[in-house]
Amino acid sequence: MSSLTVTYKTDIGAAALQALRRLDPRYQIRNPVMFLVWVGSVVTTLVLGVMLTGTGARLPEFHQPIWFVGLICFWLWFTVLFANFAETVAEGRGKAQADSLKKTRRDVSAKKLDKSKKQTVVAANSLRKGDVIRIDAGDVVPADGQVIEGIASVDESAITGESAPVIRESGGDRDAVTGGTRVLSDWLIVRVTADPGESFLDRMIGLVESAKRQKTPNEIALSILLAALSLVFLMACATLLPFSLFSVARAGSGTVISIVVLIALLVCLIPTTIGGLLSAIGISGMQRLIKANVIATSGRAVEAAGDVNVLLLDKTGTITFGNRQAVEFIPSSQVSAQQLAEAAELSSLADETPEGRSIVALARGQFGLAERKASDIEAEFIPFSAEQRVSGVVINERHIFKGAGDAIGKLVAKRGGAMPAEVAAAVEDIARKGGTPLIVAEGPKVLGVIYLKDIVKPDIKVRLGELRKMGIKSVMITGDNPLTAAAIASEAGVDDFVAEATPETKLKYIRKMQEGGEMVAMVGDGTNDAPALAQSDVAVAMNSGTQAAKEAGNMVDLDSDPTKLIEIVEIGKQLLMTRGALTTFSIANDLAKYFAIIPAAFATTYPALGLLNIMGLSSPQSAILSAVIFNALIIIALIPLALKGVKYRAESASAMLSRHAFLYGLGGIVTPFIGIKLIDLGLTAVGLV
Amino acid sequence: MWLGITASAWVQLALYMCVLTALAVPLGGYMARVFSGERTVLTAIFGPVERLIHRLCGVNSVEEMTWKTYAVAVILFSLTGFVLLFGLLVGQGVLPLNPQHLPGLTPDLAFNTAVSFITNTNWQSYGGETTLSYFSQMVGLTVQNFVSAAVGMAVLVALIRGLTRHSTDRLGNFWTDLVRANLYILLPLSLIVAVALGGLGVIQTFDSYATARTLEGRDQVIALGPVASQEAIKMLGTNGGGFFNTNSAHPFENPTPFSNLIEMVSILLIPAALCFTFGKMVGDRRQGVAIFAAMTLVFVPFAAAAIGFEQAGNPHLVAAGADPTTAQAGGNMAPATAQAGGNMEGKETRFGIVNSAIWAAATTAASNGSVNAMHDSFTPLGGLVPMLLMKFGEVIYGGAGSGLYGMLVFVILTVFIAGLMVGRTPEYLGKKIGGYEIKMASIAVLLPCALVLGATALAVVTPLGKAGIFNPGAQGFSEVLYAFTSAANNNGSAFAGLSANTPFYNTLLALCMLFGRFFVLLPVLAIAGSLAAKKAVPVSAGTLPTHTPLFVAILIGVILLIGVLTYAPALALGPVIEHLNMIKG
Repeated sequence: MSSLTVTYKTDIGAAALQALRRLDPRYQIRNPVMFLVWVGSVVTTLVLGVMLTGTGARLPEFHQPIWFVGLICFWLWFTVLFANFAETVAEGRGKAQADSLKKTRRDVSAKKLDKSKKQTVVAANSLRKGDVIRIDAGDVVPADGQVIEGIASVDESAITGESAPVIRESGGDRDAVTGGTRVLSDWLIVRVTADPGESFLDRMIGLVESAKRQKTPNEIALSILLAALSLVFLMACATLLPFSLFSVARAGSGTVISIVVLIALLVCLIPTTIGGLLSAIGISGMQRLIKANVIATSGRAVEAAGDVNVLLLDKTGTITFGNRQAVEFIPSSQVSAQQLAEAAELSSLADETPEGRSIVALARGQFGLAERKASDIEAEFIPFSAEQRVSGVVINERHIFKGAGDAIGKLVAKRGGAMPAEVAAAVEDIARKGGTPLIVAEGPKVLGVIYLKDIVKPDIKVRLGELRKMGIKSVMITGDNPLTAAAIASEAGVDDFVAEATPETKLKYIRKMQEGGEMVAMVGDGTNDAPALAQSDVAVAMNSGTQAAKEAGNMVDLDSDPTKLIEIVEIGKQLLMTRGALTTFSIANDLAKYFAIIPAAFATTYPALGLLNIMGLSSPQSAILSAVIFNALIIIALIPLALKGVKYRAESASAMLSRHAFLYGLGGIVTPFIGIKLIDLGLTAVGLV
Repeated sequence: MWLGITASAWVQLALYMCVLTALAVPLGGYMARVFSGERTVLTAIFGPVERLIHRLCGVNSVEEMTWKTYAVAVILFSLTGFVLLFGLLVGQGVLPLNPQHLPGLTPDLAFNTAVSFITNTNWQSYGGETTLSYFSQMVGLTVQNFVSAAVGMAVLVALIRGLTRHSTDRLGNFWTDLVRANLYILLPLSLIVAVALGGLGVIQTFDSYATARTLEGRDQVIALGPVASQEAIKMLGTNGGGFFNTNSAHPFENPTPFSNLIEMVSILLIPAALCFTFGKMVGDRRQGVAIFAAMTLVFVPFAAAAIGFEQAGNPHLVAAGADPTTAQAGGNMAPATAQAGGNMEGKETRFGIVNSAIWAAATTAASNGSVNAMHDSFTPLGGLVPMLLMKFGEVIYGGAGSGLYGMLVFVILTVFIAGLMVGRTPEYLGKKIGGYEIKMASIAVLLPCALVLGATALAVVTPLGKAGIFNPGAQGFSEVLYAFTSAANNNGSAFAGLSANTPFYNTLLALCMLFGRFFVLLPVLAIAGSLAAKKAVPVSAGTLPTHTPLFVAILIGVILLIGVLTYAPALALGPVIEHLNMIKG
């Protein structure tokens, strides 16, 4: 697999600059949690300003030393900046890529054809859906489209990273061209299928540029929860002022809690860790997908991939190698294996399919037949046709045919022959074992059977087993008959299979699954896959496939690798896991912060609360400052985790839950106790407090 | 501290939990049959009555409702109950069964009381025997004791239907659920408990108050009334509104240790049993058991803690030799052997510390609010236990119906956070939890918190609020915090010490009760409606299991964390500092 990403080197300087620019409140307001921190920072700055000018001496702040207010102010701003930085670093990784993609889009002209096929040169961005254009060798494809005439080799490296040119032609399974790629030879007539701004390239650029990123359903739900939590902490902190006023009045001692301390408490309590990293997690999730050479039309599709519980996998190419191989000749009782092999070899000489070649190779290998080519002998080769469903050769009055059981049966019956019982038995036996029986006949006489075997990919069973552990059912889709399908299914370890699949049966199967509440994912490339792709919850189209398939899917795999689906599911799960883990961590952190701040905040009113200072922090100022600094630094410390994602392992939900609950829940409770204490020790050591 | 409680206390706590569980399991199964419309042993008797009620009221009991219709029915029913009760209380002077010729209530007190009883809170700003006529108690309050509990149960059943059904917008019929809850569950249970309590000495009479000549030759008026019938539903319906001002500490409400046990079991019986109803109705008993386990695992340590803090008593009294038993022994005996006393202030000698502390925990865990001892006289941390239990949003058993639906809201939040951690869109019982559910669940969990904090803040800064606070410093603050916690979470338990029968407190507390009830209940119905419309996702190995000990642990963690994190600063200024001051001297 080649990756289209040139480099992932992060430009820290640019990211930091960008983070500064995002202090703009219009940008901050999008994230309620960080907006609260922003407001807190502004208020603290104002308080600091008032203190510096020496006016407003009646503020409760004047009980706090000015250096303390200054430092709190400094670290609050850094909390906002760190969160911005996390986002810009995440974006920076995709930025270079977006820029190079944009370059390919620039200044392209197109040759538009009108009804009389007259050619006019127009700008690419004036093309609309339905326009017809001509692209000649050397031209950049100006828009996404479907080839309606011609055949050409196309360099798609701009989007796939794959340097070898691919063939695009009309009428087949390879009729899609993508804007930004380049035609290398010949010419194409293309019908445009996307308006400007909606093309594949635009979607790709949109993906890597977070500005256009739309929040996914789970992200929205999480944002609501975080906003609600922030609101209640805001309430808890805001009411503390009247509580403090009352307590001071009744206790007759101490000072009212200062606004800066309240803000510090608020910022420490609201879930800034997850709030600050949330968008970075989303962006980097998308980037992991892009790194895997998959383009999703929306983040929603990526998230849905994590929810998939049924995977429809095409047998060919995914579960088995794309081609079947001859492994045995089984002659009928009247002929020898050698005779059968000779006839089979003869009939397959002109058959350039992998199956045909494997028959020739087996015959030569087993029986030492001499090398020869189809052109060496004088014979008439009859290619496979859809009506006859047999192929063969006519040589010196010998009519040799090979084909499926029923087709050959009909053919020999027409010539007055019959299917011998032992051959019929062998056919059934091969089919039961998951192989494909190919019968060879000469005239009316059936010579025997070639056993073509589907070779199951060696690692597929393990991967499907992993999927099962995660609760994902794999379903094999095949055009084979049920007997053959069952044998391969059991060999590969899939949970279910759909045999003799047609586009309709696929669609029906998906609908049936969805009615039962399952989320279905599938891979497809042909036009006839389009309805099933459109019906699936997660639909990955092969880049090599047709335009119809690419439009019906919600992801495109640039490598055209059918096993990619498994990787996509893992990326989707990782995205959700990272959010869940950091949310848990963020909330669990609050316990320690309370122990740091509450005794400090009321030190003068109720000195007895000092007993709650279980961390033994050196002074009230140091306690509050340490909590605020920890709160800011933890964002920076967790950026790598947010970008990389929580490590994914194939295991059951219960196992995963207990590991994560332990790591991020319990770890989230313990870490800040240690962290805050260390910062306090550090502050004391440098003599700051 | 609570590990140091006496062995006999552990035995009593264990006995209490065993009796409770043994009764809750079969009752839960029975209630599931009732709400599913299956035939039960009582169908033969109540079936015709049920049909008659529906015919008389002219309601269509067959047609199922959408969540909005269901909500409108709940609100209309509660509103009607409020108007009737308010009118009755204001006009009780001219109504019958008023042998003491008590006058009508002031509008603010009537407003507070009417809201209190329709919201199943039973906050009492009045003393029953000096304020309310028999008619008001029976036709007014006792009726609401039944129906407000039934409303909670009906809403819970609607939520359960939302979880079990799929691809529909129908949640059942409110009138049917309401009538069934009353007829098949609350009435028969109350009958049993009332008769049992009557047999143990709880009074039941329409006579006017008795007058007795005391030894000093003075006249003492002894308040009487139809107590037993109200006592039963007061406990069973998680109401808690006592007939007498001193509630279940009064010998006519709660005469013996055995009546005390019956009443304590009644407090938690229906809320606990509903867990098993839930398990049966969702077709997976383990789900119900898990929730019951989560509630119990919070309740038992808290009850034990309350016992421990009360048994330890006040260290200064012990040191001063003022503890009754240490004093007798000349202050030389080890507290472990001498401490039969502990903190007996405000407690009845016939119940003692253990049964007062278990009661305090049970009555605040469930949204009952009845008392058999003065919570205000508990040690600071002993008093923190009931306050914390209420602050968890009344979901540790909680109110009849309302406790479990509140708990299920917490379950949804837990499932959301834990579900993300396993890499799937979170789902509970096959229903995906999306933004809408989280929004509604957030309102349901956070609004009561906001009410408590906001109202307390208002009370401690305004002159009207401060006027009612007599106790100094932290104790006064605790009292206000306790009152609003109790109101917003629809508990009704009072810390006492606060002079709350003023227009300011009556109105503010009533508003807290109103919002605390309906802004939880309505989001819950909205969640039910949204879940019912969804498809059910089949269970697989990738599904987050919600019946395992691990999930129970996480659920408990979420409840405790949200409760503690929200209230920690306020608690620090109340009971926590009181305690620290006490031990520091």
